[in-house]
Amino acid sequence: MNVVVVDYGAGNTRSVRAALSHLGHESVVTSGATEIRDAEFVVLPGVGSASSAMTHLNETGAASALRQRFGDDGATLGICLGMQLALTHSEEDGGVDGLGLMSGEVVRLREGRVPRLGWSIVEPWGEAYYFAHSYAAQSEFSVASVDGVTVAVRQGSFLGVQFHPEKSGPAGLAFLEQCLSRA
Amino acid sequence: MPLPRLIPCLDVAHGRVVKGVSFVQLRDVGDPVELATFYSQGGADELVFLDISATPEAQGTMTDVIKRVADVVEIPFTVGGGVRSVDDASRIIESGADRVSLNTAALADPLLITAIASRYGSQAVVVAIDAGDGVVHTHGGRVATTTPTVPWAIEACERGAGEILLTSIRHDGQRTGYDLRLTTAVRDAVSVPVIASGGAGSAQHVAEALRVTDAALVASIVHENPAGLAGLRREIEALGIMLRPLKEGYE
Repeated sequence: MNVVVVDYGAGNTRSVRAALSHLGHESVVTSGATEIRDAEFVVLPGVGSASSAMTHLNETGAASALRQRFGDDGATLGICLGMQLALTHSEEDGGVDGLGLMSGEVVRLREGRVPRLGWSIVEPWGEAYYFAHSYAAQSEFSVASVDGVTVAVRQGSFLGVQFHPEKSGPAGLAFLEQCLSRA
Repeated sequence: MPLPRLIPCLDVAHGRVVKGVSFVQLRDVGDPVELATFYSQGGADELVFLDISATPEAQGTMTDVIKRVADVVEIPFTVGGGVRSVDDASRIIESGADRVSLNTAALADPLLITAIASRYGSQAVVVAIDAGDGVVHTHGGRVATTTPTVPWAIEACERGAGEILLTSIRHDGQRTGYDLRLTTAVRDAVSVPVIASGGAGSAQHVAEALRVTDAALVASIVHENPAGLAGLRREIEALGIMLRPLKEGYE
């Protein structure tokens, strides 16, 4: 399968690629519009800050490629920041517009210890995954939550998750495999 | 609230795990990648690697270790030891680590915390505090400063630290339990997660720590018997602490 991991120009894509590779899928890291549009499966990973990520995605043309891909029903998985970027707007970095693939706001976590670090059981999926975040989504497209906080959104062929499947052991790998098998 | 975390800590020097790891079912007890894989399969929630060689020559070796760990271990890990600049942090994170841990350099230059946090986010910055007699110690706990512990923890968080790794020097290696008073004092003073460190000798000790804070670092208690990690988890759970449920695929 032709798998693309979107490059934001910052941070760590190594773990995502290692997890994909573990499942038998070699991936290409790129911000190239053509590659993103044409891939069978795209991962929008979670690295860096919202504003620098959006700046990079806009400058490289990756943002419009992701929107076009969404319109074409191409399977895409957003992880952590990659999920948040799919929504309309984020209050991170003083306010940043996202890709707007679906309506929703990203707001700072206000309860418990922030950043939220560690494993939580995601409902209704019943599995524990690893989280590391200070912001969270609020969206009508929520499909899973932890303590009432949205941790997954889905609209059409885009699935976004707040947790890191690539850092969530066997449960995370099983989750990724399921996403790939539906692509 | 996330589930309490059990975090084995590995001391690495020149690419090899050092300090009291006993041989159990491992081909090479000194190989950090093999030991990390073993602990990951035993149910570690996270791992911490401390590069105690921390010489310029050892940096390249550590980078190689981080890449190899990231390629095979699918749980989060933190790397500390000799992180003195944003470039050091970048090298570690871009090699596949989730977080960097700052200690001596953060105290010498608190702006370093902010610089790394603004680039990678607070969740990527751990400030490690070695505390003894109410003050912070640096250089691996050997040098006492005049900086009081709790105010420094507060300042580190204000500067962007996303987690505090709190080691009680007096308790470290004693195996008589964590410093619960110190841990509670720091926990109450900051709003980020706090990892208790130093003193674990039994499941009871770990359970006590996890009743007052978010995570517990373990070293000798697991290194003496790496295969015992899964059993240690069960003992902790039997004491009423709910740890992460393990999916099939764990040993």
